[in-house]
Amino acid sequence: MTLEFGVGPFYREEHRAFQASMRRFVEREIMPHVEAWDEAGEFPRDLYRRAAEVGLLGLGFPEEHGGVPGDLFHAIVAAQELARAGAGGLSASLQSHTIGCPPIARLGSADLKARVLGPVLRGEKISALAITEPGGGSDVASLRTTARREGDHYVVNGAKTFITSGMRADFYTVAVRTGGEGMGGVSLLLIERDRPGFTRTLLKKMGWWASDTASLHFDDCHVPVANLIGEENAGFRAIMLNFNGERIGMAASCNGMARAAYEEALAWARERRTFGRALVQHQVIRHKLVDMAMRIGATQAYLEQTAWRVMQGENPIADICMLKNQATQTMAFVASEAVQILGGSGFMRGPKSERIYREVKVNAIGGGAEEIMKELASRHLGW
Amino acid sequence: MKVIVAVKRVVDYNVKIRVKADKTGVELSNVKMSMNPFDEIGVEEAVRLKEAGVASEVVAVSIGPAQAQETIRTALAMGADRGILIKTDEEVQPLAVAKLLKAVVEAEAPQIVILGKQAIDDDSNQTGQMLAALLGWAQGTFASKVALGDGKATVTREVDGGLQTVELKLPAVVTTDLRLNEPRYASLPNIMKAKKKPIDEKTPADLGVDIAPRLKTLKVEEPPKRQAGRKVASVEELVQALKNEAGVI
Repeated sequence: MTLEFGVGPFYREEHRAFQASMRRFVEREIMPHVEAWDEAGEFPRDLYRRAAEVGLLGLGFPEEHGGVPGDLFHAIVAAQELARAGAGGLSASLQSHTIGCPPIARLGSADLKARVLGPVLRGEKISALAITEPGGGSDVASLRTTARREGDHYVVNGAKTFITSGMRADFYTVAVRTGGEGMGGVSLLLIERDRPGFTRTLLKKMGWWASDTASLHFDDCHVPVANLIGEENAGFRAIMLNFNGERIGMAASCNGMARAAYEEALAWARERRTFGRALVQHQVIRHKLVDMAMRIGATQAYLEQTAWRVMQGENPIADICMLKNQATQTMAFVASEAVQILGGSGFMRGPKSERIYREVKVNAIGGGAEEIMKELASRHLGW
Repeated sequence: MKVIVAVKRVVDYNVKIRVKADKTGVELSNVKMSMNPFDEIGVEEAVRLKEAGVASEVVAVSIGPAQAQETIRTALAMGADRGILIKTDEEVQPLAVAKLLKAVVEAEAPQIVILGKQAIDDDSNQTGQMLAALLGWAQGTFASKVALGDGKATVTREVDGGLQTVELKLPAVVTTDLRLNEPRYASLPNIMKAKKKPIDEKTPADLGVDIAPRLKTLKVEEPPKRQAGRKVASVEELVQALKNEAGVI
């Protein structure tokens, strides 16, 4: 099989060992239940604790707060092994702390780190990131949720939407406007779920059903000044930094999803017989499979190359943007072809490919829409 | 009490085995290798003995090429304390493995040696028994339950038609069956810690053991392809086919 992930010069023994553990974790704890969880729109909270035990939640966070040292290739291994279950909503909610917690780990006060990181990395509490607003998504600099200073508190008013783990999270890393217009007036504030004036509404979605995506409402919600993450009005840069890691993780996950769909389609094509032959013996089908494999291979190479550059200390923003698009477009192409190869069965609920097909758009839009990625890439290429 | 577990590097259980074109064996190049699943159960049992305060040290031993070190690392990440790699690129058959393990046991003086009941590559199911015979120790094979008491071990064995419970005087050899336990997966923190645990390297010559094969493989072939089923028109035809063609009634 040409597409084995986790092989090649970028992976060392400890990556392979972690991959073996992750594979077993996913096969034992997730795969048998994933369909039922997706249909139920929820997965057991206990899964966070199990994910903490295997080292998934702590990955990349500082050891003194219960983190586990690991590099980007551990993160790629984790994302791609999780993707084998073919349920992005589960992966996204289970790992919502990978976008909610890095600002706290990087910029938070000692008190904030101790209060949030320990319980989240042990799988006892859930962390979410809240940036997008009903009035505008990708345009972070124009966000309108306000945090007005009153003595030792901020008074927060406004709304957030499309927030992953939005219903169940205990800690929300929320982008608010503490200053004037534009990017220079944005701060990050930690808001706990039980603050008076903070309510949530569940959202119904095309895909990612296992994820409790929600709208958040803040109505004169009082938050102590001690919950400020980093400096006041310096939140924009922290948000942008966060996106780099998120986008590489999304690219890894999308290519993993593409591979899961490809493998399902290939297995189906070998088994299903039409006109006296297995599907895979029809040229039109096996050429489809080659096109799928080719794109997955190319995306994996770009992913590993870009991750390697980041590990060398570079900040290749244009490539990270293009990589994310390459991965979401690969997933879109492969998911569509996989459903086509599965035929009527691909239209039925049950196969991974059907679920993955419904998860194409959330990836092409979330974490930076494809159009925004192209714009950002062209700007960083100096055009 | 010291425990030794033997771990073998074999083709991963998920890999679809292919026979080499020249029929000398199965294809091993570019094939994913892992710890023999029965040995994983052995490591798990040993680590549980340590966690229960019964065992004081768990030593993982592997025999094979340099890459067998990865298999030992897996055992260390699961909780074993240190490793011994007996390095050789030669073919090592069960009798040679038993002799090498005997030499290790004599140097390490454990109270119990745990092995998988068989390795999933050659399915020999011989090493544990041979080792017990060479050492003159008691053996409890196909264990589905192991309880250690004062100077003895009670082992429940999976035998045809039921369970047999035997009491062994320690030191003893135990081989694991599938239902003994469900092995843990190594967590990332433990994978990182395992990098610092020591692995001792030896050769068969260091241990004074002649590992020359005593068995010769003549040829290795694919099992016959399963024939497709066929439909019969009547009960009479079915009975005829079962009687005359299949010979089962």
